Amino acid sequence: MIDSDAFVRAMQDMGVDFFTGVPDSLLGGIIAELIDRHLYTPAVREDEAVAMAAGAYMAGKIPAVLMQNSGLGTSLNTLISLNMIYRQPCILIVSWRGQGGKDAPEHLVMGEVMPQFLDTMKIPHRTLTEKTAVEDFRWVAETFMKQRIPVALFIGKGVVKGLHP
Amino acid sequence: MISRAQAIGALLELLTDQPVVICNGFPSREAHKIADRATHFYMIGSMGNATAIALGVALAKPNKQVVTFDGDGNVLMGMGTLATVGALKPKNFIHVVFDNEVYGTTGNQPTISNVVPIDKVAKAAGYVNVERVRDREDLVYEFKDMLKKDGPSMLLIKVNEFAEDAGRVLLEPPDLTKRFMKAIE
Repeated sequence: MIDSDAFVRAMQDMGVDFFTGVPDSLLGGIIAELIDRHLYTPAVREDEAVAMAAGAYMAGKIPAVLMQNSGLGTSLNTLISLNMIYRQPCILIVSWRGQGGKDAPEHLVMGEVMPQFLDTMKIPHRTLTEKTAVEDFRWVAETFMKQRIPVALFIGKGVVKGLHP
Repeated sequence: MISRAQAIGALLELLTDQPVVICNGFPSREAHKIADRATHFYMIGSMGNATAIALGVALAKPNKQVVTFDGDGNVLMGMGTLATVGALKPKNFIHVVFDNEVYGTTGNQPTISNVVPIDKVAKAAGYVNVERVRDREDLVYEFKDMLKKDGPSMLLIKVNEFAEDAGRVLLEPPDLTKRFMKAIE
């Protein structure tokens, strides 16, 4: 399992210096680390977080937005009518609830369609694993720099250490 | 009652190099027609997000005063962001709301700002300075005052439904991003 502290350090090594989002239990450890370091700006909705990140990007920051995959639905219009058309990149750290059909009912539909959903929006994505973490982070950084659009990193259950291991 | 375009004209006379995030629809078109500046970020989509975009700029540039031109329909759509602003309390944040009680760009369908006072919501959420004005003279007085004060501040301007004959902003969105980024560096 990847340590939350190591995850945050990897993000900072990529140059990420603006973190916002809406919590999910799978991201609890990461968010706790960010709060400890006074790096986290809490948002009340995921589309607000994405828009705040866009503003921070235009003001010179490299932003990341943390959210549960349900938040991708909430953010859809902001991602396509702000980030995509204005070429404003951000790193989406998305927890994969409902992965493999094993979760509470409200997560099952998004859990199943999430990769195709982002494919349809033409948002590049990749799933983090402990084995490929170094490459995964490198891919995120390169995609962000080259394409100047949002890029998503999916976090499945048990990949990054949570609050209650 | 004054028009939104008259209000925008009066505000732009008082602004110099402050970043201004302008919501989608007529506010962006009118501001672009009245005075196009590189420090203006014109939105064409993502309705409801003007406040959040401006907040992101304000948090990343704490030494620059950041202004957003917003509408009542936009604020109602992204009302949660009033709470985020009120909680984070960025001192360098000025939120101007043109309140005409209608969705002007889509044909003047009524919003609900005639019965929900947006300025009172902002005050309750934690905005520090909140003023509601109805004419040019008060607008100039209060906006000048807000430029001198620590925020977050909201200036709600009651305006009529008149929309200026202003075409779409024709600059390419990626070029607008680049221009704005360079101008506020």
